[in-house]
Amino acid sequence: MLENNKESYLATNNLSKSFGTFEAIRNISINIQEGEFVCFLGPSGCGKTTLLRCIAGLEIQSTGSVIQKKIDISNLPPSNRDFGIVFQSYALFPNLSVFSNIAYGLVNNKWNKHDINKRVDELLNLVSLTEHAKKYPGQLSGGEQQRVALARALATSPGLLLLDEPLSALDAKVRVFLRKQIKDLQRKLGVTTIMVTHDQEEAQTMADRIFVMKDGEIIQVGTPTEIYTRANSPFIADFIGIMNFIPATIVKNNKAQCNSVYIDCDTQDFQNNKSVRLAIRPEDIQLNVEKSDNNVLEATIKEIEFLGSFQRIYLEVSNVTKDLIMADVPSSNARKINLALNDKLNICFPVEDIRVYPN
Amino acid sequence: MNLLKFADIRRGKDSSDRVGQIMLAIYILLFLVFLVLPLGGLIYKSLQNKQGEFVGLSNYYLYIFQEPALFQSLSHSLFIAISSTIIVVILAFLFSYALTRTCMPFKGFFRLIALIPLLSPSILAAIALVYWFGNQGVLKHFLLGHSIYGPIGIIMASVYWTFPHALIILTTSLSLSDSRLYEAAEVLKTSKLRAFFTITIPGARYGIISTAFVIFTLVFTDFGVPKVIGGNYNVLATDIYKEVVGQQNFQMGAVISMVLLVPAMVAFFIDRYSRKKQISLLTSRSVVFKPKKHFNVDMIMLGFCSILTIIILLMIGMAQFGALVKFWPYNLQLTLSNYSFEVAGFGWESFYNSVRLALFTAIFGTIIIFIGSYLVEKLRTDEKTRGVVQFFALMPMAVPGLVLGLSYIFFFNAKDNPLNFIYATMIILVVNTIVHFYTVSHLTAVTALKQMDKEFESVSLSLKIPIYKMFWRVTLPVCLPPIFDISIYLFVNAMTTVSGVIFIYSYDTTLASVSSIHLDEQGDVAAAAAMAMLIVYVSIFVRLTHTIITKGILNRTQAWRYNVGDAN
Repeated sequence: MLENNKESYLATNNLSKSFGTFEAIRNISINIQEGEFVCFLGPSGCGKTTLLRCIAGLEIQSTGSVIQKKIDISNLPPSNRDFGIVFQSYALFPNLSVFSNIAYGLVNNKWNKHDINKRVDELLNLVSLTEHAKKYPGQLSGGEQQRVALARALATSPGLLLLDEPLSALDAKVRVFLRKQIKDLQRKLGVTTIMVTHDQEEAQTMADRIFVMKDGEIIQVGTPTEIYTRANSPFIADFIGIMNFIPATIVKNNKAQCNSVYIDCDTQDFQNNKSVRLAIRPEDIQLNVEKSDNNVLEATIKEIEFLGSFQRIYLEVSNVTKDLIMADVPSSNARKINLALNDKLNICFPVEDIRVYPN
Repeated sequence: MNLLKFADIRRGKDSSDRVGQIMLAIYILLFLVFLVLPLGGLIYKSLQNKQGEFVGLSNYYLYIFQEPALFQSLSHSLFIAISSTIIVVILAFLFSYALTRTCMPFKGFFRLIALIPLLSPSILAAIALVYWFGNQGVLKHFLLGHSIYGPIGIIMASVYWTFPHALIILTTSLSLSDSRLYEAAEVLKTSKLRAFFTITIPGARYGIISTAFVIFTLVFTDFGVPKVIGGNYNVLATDIYKEVVGQQNFQMGAVISMVLLVPAMVAFFIDRYSRKKQISLLTSRSVVFKPKKHFNVDMIMLGFCSILTIIILLMIGMAQFGALVKFWPYNLQLTLSNYSFEVAGFGWESFYNSVRLALFTAIFGTIIIFIGSYLVEKLRTDEKTRGVVQFFALMPMAVPGLVLGLSYIFFFNAKDNPLNFIYATMIILVVNTIVHFYTVSHLTAVTALKQMDKEFESVSLSLKIPIYKMFWRVTLPVCLPPIFDISIYLFVNAMTTVSGVIFIYSYDTTLASVSSIHLDEQGDVAAAAAMAMLIVYVSIFVRLTHTIITKGILNRTQAWRYNVGDAN
């Protein structure tokens, strides 16, 4: 998993942390480049927040080390490390104004008054909150509060920005807006950033690289596209986006049998007679195709779910699997082809879009 | 491997952590010196004979088999404590039900009056009862020949002074209810009565259990009331006093203290357990219950609450009247002469001592307790040490004041104790009072600290701000309201306490509550009433000032709290 080809800004070596007998994270080794935006993604309880807190020094690791800029910081207390942090709960000081909250870290670092004013104005401008400087956190909306928290974390120009589920407490619309704002800001400042999230959409839209975690371990690292299209386990395939799984058996090279039907697919190194699961994303299934193509199957529409910009069709393909197969159709297309319940139609699983996972 | 682990423990600490560690060590030391060791000394004392030789359990054997009078006190104590508890729980439950679950008018007024007994020492109730039902009482014949001096008087007075304690717990417990449950019951066509027994009572059951044990302990360990109105009806608390002060039999005093301590401890642990259960009943998604108008119920409750408030007002009113009357019951002319206190040592100087004690306790107690609770709640390291401090902080609640006081004499009066110099001074009174009322204040502070974002400390560390700076700039200002509450709680309790200080005051440090008892003992009931009323005046005065000052300071420092309205 180590990628030593580029200069590493932050690394952990075999980092583990236990709480009593519970191992929150196990032997984690990662490498993050300078200026990179990285997401730790995983379901709750997978250890992603613990990993972030160990990097910050807020938790003390049980074994292993953390290296920042080639210096071993494992034994340094958080106050001697170089990072800014933003929490899900904002953690703004309620009795201090927006201005004082942002200036909080500057005051202590012996800045003079003029410089502090200048720096805070700059930051307020950066998060577009200039007119709220004198207000208290309680007078701001959740999104605004989180921007103040971001400005406070960035005030001392830390080399590393840590975001602990920063958007989870916000409304859907605000979340989308802030996603973009944080990403733009990060690109502009070039600050190395680690964000923890359980929201795969958030990770996919913001991160340069995603570290998928499960049960205290990192199970895949890659760009959002890599993770989405080449998930290395059925868990990730299912966790990120929507996936149809079809039980199958390998019959020969590049051919699998589902129920009574043969499906062409890339069977990789799987042995013959191996029981596997074929996976295909709903948007990859093609509807109303010519009978002549590969992997064309007869299906019956059992249910149509309207989801705004697209429609999800639940198809019965009884000679392949007893579960219904989901297929997504853009709403504009769906209107044109005029789908109705119990219609029969031909669908196709394009060979290159099928992934094979062990059962 | 062990070596590695040791290295790990040493990792990642900065100056704030080290300061925290030192502070924790200081707190543990203080608790050892002012709580654990004295209590240990008391236990040891109970195992010694008069010559100071270790005799094992023979004192206990003596107590059970050869002192039937003393053993009888135990059943007396249990009898009055259990009777008072049953009466108080029923009355307070109905009262708080009226306050929280009905649309009865004048709720604010009723609540205010019901809390009045908190402002007076427990003996005030006993003195008022003497005026009403005593040998020369106005309503003496109401008792049908029974004497008020005895169990009747003790139970009546105990019910009066413990009532607000029960009311506070039960009101909190009853107001924590989810209106969705009642709506669900209504939709399922459940009768009101069934809803009461299947939702209200189970919802409040931990509150009721908790109340019962708190009241039991208060009455079981109270000294003032049985002293003033107990007559020949001996209870454990008065026995200890008689053994120690009257007969100088310290060993037997220690033995009886243990008998007093054990039920109090048991009650304490059951109370803690049920409070923990209570918290989990309400989730953040619950919808707060809003009572609906129900004419009959509202009016019945209005009648009930009116009767109780009238009784409370009659009690305190009679104490005040008695304090102003020239010579009860023969000359009812009003006079202030009862306030001149002509008994040496038990006059105005004892009143000033009480005010001094209350001030010192409030100031130092609040500082010590708040910092202690911060260490327990917010330090990020030393989990085990913090657990020890938390345990010590909860301990005083289980220790009756009388027992703590007695343990202090044995411990600090010992000649080889380097702290011997605090014996018979104001210092020992202040320390004793802070320790005695530590737990409730500590829990108030911990609750307030728990409501603060747990990441404040993390943010400060990431911004390289030492924790103590953050404590000063953020934690303290945000926690001002609970800090004021703690200080007022300490002040009023220091003014009114009897049991905690009865053993450790000296000639130079007599206190108002103690004076009141002595004045009564010498037959000057009017002066005793006057002294008790002085405590009430100060308590009311301080409460009012506290309200005004709190408002003023809060307006200035808590602007962020009140400006939240114009969000967006």
